[in-house]
Amino acid sequence: MTSSHGRGLHLAAAVDQRSAYDADSYVELARLAESGGLDFVTLDDTFARPGPDALAVLSRVAPATGRIGLVPTVTVTHTEPFQVQAAVATLDWVSRGRAGWRLDVSTTEGEARLFGRRHAAPADALWAEVGEVAEVAAQLWDSWEDDAEIRDTATGRFVDRDRLHHVDFQGSEFSVKGPSIVPRPPQGHPVRVVDATEGQARRTAARYADVALVRAASSAQAGSVRAELRASAEKFGRDPDTLRVLASLVVDLGDGEHAAEPGHGGGGPRQTAHGPLYRGGPVDLAELIAGWHGDRTVDGFHLTPVEPRRDLERLVNGTVALLQHRGLFRTFYPGSTLREHLGLARPANRYAVTGGAS
Amino acid sequence: MTVRRPSRKQIHLAAHFPGVNSTTVWADPRSKSQIAFSSFEHLARTAERGRFDFFFLAEGLRLREHKGRIHDLDVVGRPESLTVLNALAAVTERIGLAATVNATFNEPYELARRLATLDHLSAGRAAWNVVTSSDAFTGENFRRGGYLDRADRYSRAAEFVDVARELWDSWTPDGLSRPFAHRGQHFDIAGEFTVPRSPQGHPVVIQAGDSGEGREFAARTADVIFTRHGTLEDGRAFYADVKGRLAKYGRSEDDLKIMPGVGVVLGDTAAEAEERAAEIRRQQVSPQNAVLALEQIWGTDLSSYDPDGPFPDFDPVPDSSLTQGRTRRGDTVAMAEKWRALSREKGLSIRQTVIETSGRQSFIGTPEAVAAELETFVRQDAADGFILVPHLTPGGLDEFVDRVVPLLQERGAFRTEYRGTTLRSHLGLPDPAGKG
Repeated sequence: MTSSHGRGLHLAAAVDQRSAYDADSYVELARLAESGGLDFVTLDDTFARPGPDALAVLSRVAPATGRIGLVPTVTVTHTEPFQVQAAVATLDWVSRGRAGWRLDVSTTEGEARLFGRRHAAPADALWAEVGEVAEVAAQLWDSWEDDAEIRDTATGRFVDRDRLHHVDFQGSEFSVKGPSIVPRPPQGHPVRVVDATEGQARRTAARYADVALVRAASSAQAGSVRAELRASAEKFGRDPDTLRVLASLVVDLGDGEHAAEPGHGGGGPRQTAHGPLYRGGPVDLAELIAGWHGDRTVDGFHLTPVEPRRDLERLVNGTVALLQHRGLFRTFYPGSTLREHLGLARPANRYAVTGGAS
Repeated sequence: MTVRRPSRKQIHLAAHFPGVNSTTVWADPRSKSQIAFSSFEHLARTAERGRFDFFFLAEGLRLREHKGRIHDLDVVGRPESLTVLNALAAVTERIGLAATVNATFNEPYELARRLATLDHLSAGRAAWNVVTSSDAFTGENFRRGGYLDRADRYSRAAEFVDVARELWDSWTPDGLSRPFAHRGQHFDIAGEFTVPRSPQGHPVVIQAGDSGEGREFAARTADVIFTRHGTLEDGRAFYADVKGRLAKYGRSEDDLKIMPGVGVVLGDTAAEAEERAAEIRRQQVSPQNAVLALEQIWGTDLSSYDPDGPFPDFDPVPDSSLTQGRTRRGDTVAMAEKWRALSREKGLSIRQTVIETSGRQSFIGTPEAVAAELETFVRQDAADGFILVPHLTPGGLDEFVDRVVPLLQERGAFRTEYRGTTLRSHLGLPDPAGKG
């Protein structure tokens, strides 16, 4: 029953917390999200503000959860592309196929000073570099074919080196020889997530992202960005159905089941400095989600609770339960990998010879 | 303290995950995945069941190449260390988690942050094994590319560790953060470190190396030195040398633990253990690996040579780049002459000679004999403990933990329970003073 793609509703939540460095609080939030059957959780990160390394936290969470996708932000401006792709591939190994990666940039001189290697650069240039990092990461994930490990005792060979590949990537700011040190991860390519709200970031998302996040305050606005992303993806030679577009909302579910003034008097989310904020009750939020999804302007939602414990609990036990009751959201995970949750195929390996032997 | 004989010097034990090297026997039917998380989990939990101080991961930055092609005879490929260790923190409770991370191709701010995060998420069990890289070959995977010459490698590494500690110290124990600014030969950075002081203050610093520079670096900087030495006498000499260097840095002998990497082979009798050890050596040095070892010395293609036959009668090619991504071997002509002499003297084939010369320090015998010998090394100041390097993944530690650890515990030479929760407490290391 593969109904047309995109009719499945995809839900994700942020587990960001202010100044939390202990593992237990993150495990608790991720398990809560998993109990609601959400596709994935995100954890934001920068080098500039307090917080632990996000990929480390979600690696710590991986063995303590079973199904939910794990999507840390890993910035690429001051980091090593080779190391970042290896760490993300390793997150995929330790989570048995649940890794994603939200790519982001570091635009400030303050961040540049922490490294002392290069000065701050305009966002558009950095987003173009994100594209290069996304590209080389994918090449490195393919640099081991899936069956490269042969353990052939007769010839003494552990791997078949003809199934390992140098990538010889030459970017504008870096080059990478390859192959990766990490064998191809369970999902082939861990899921790449990009905030596609602005400028060059949107073009980079159209070309490289599996999931694009759009901070939109209305269904119509989200729909127009989604249409643009899909058209742009097609121009890059992609099947637009391989791109999921999720509306990013900050949610404050602190009121009752129905807010006195749902969505600020029925007006939907309000634009704020931190992105569109939706304030209302869990039932109101379910209405909004059902509405936008029914409009076919989004493939799903990425929700950032203002009060993580309180709002995530209300989201899962209120909003999600209601959507499930109405048959709009699944009640169990039909697959085990993040790609399966998102309805995205495991990518073929660009280096594998097709139609040949074996 | 409930140790039976508390005055006795206690042994420290650590476990190395059998990674990319020729000591790992992957052809054994008991050898499982080198990459699945379950393998790492099994070995780490076994080590924790044995009350080991820490679990230790090596690192890979470039696949080795030989004759211009990717080396395919040993285990190839491994995960990124810190990511695996964070995941292991979820399935273990007390054991220390040590990551090997290169100081040549990383940056202090990012690495200090990742290590402090591991220390938080593991509640005080993080360690960093500081290594450096020499070659442009490895550099081809990195932004900074290129290479550093030997002296610069160590000075960068020393400054790197200093900067990391400055960053960790920029938060006081009572939660105040102060801006840092560091300008040195290798790093010019400033800002605010965004991770509060971690449970250990400073993650434990491990360093490997037997050279004079390596020893000095360790004496100044490290909490643990990971070394190799063949005999009790060599071990005692190394121990005395390194411990003797501590005073000039204002450190006491207890502040640096000396832990050689060793293999252990057990048997119900001495003869059985010897037989098993010989079989393991044959598996480690396959016919193909014997010729490879020869080519690495000779620096030339010797694939037509019979591993069960005699050595080439010509000398090695100097400065060959036949093999890349592995430590250079010094005077290859002298080494070749040594091998040929040994072969002539004992009537050994190529493979037999490689087996004879390439073994690492091993303890071979009954559990009782091995326990006694390990204790002798520690009591006679040849080591403070050992990093066990099993030859099988992931079950290579099971027998040691089941059969040798209880004997060490009966002797009062090794803990029966963790007494503290942090790796520093297992190692008996002082807490770094918070420079508040």
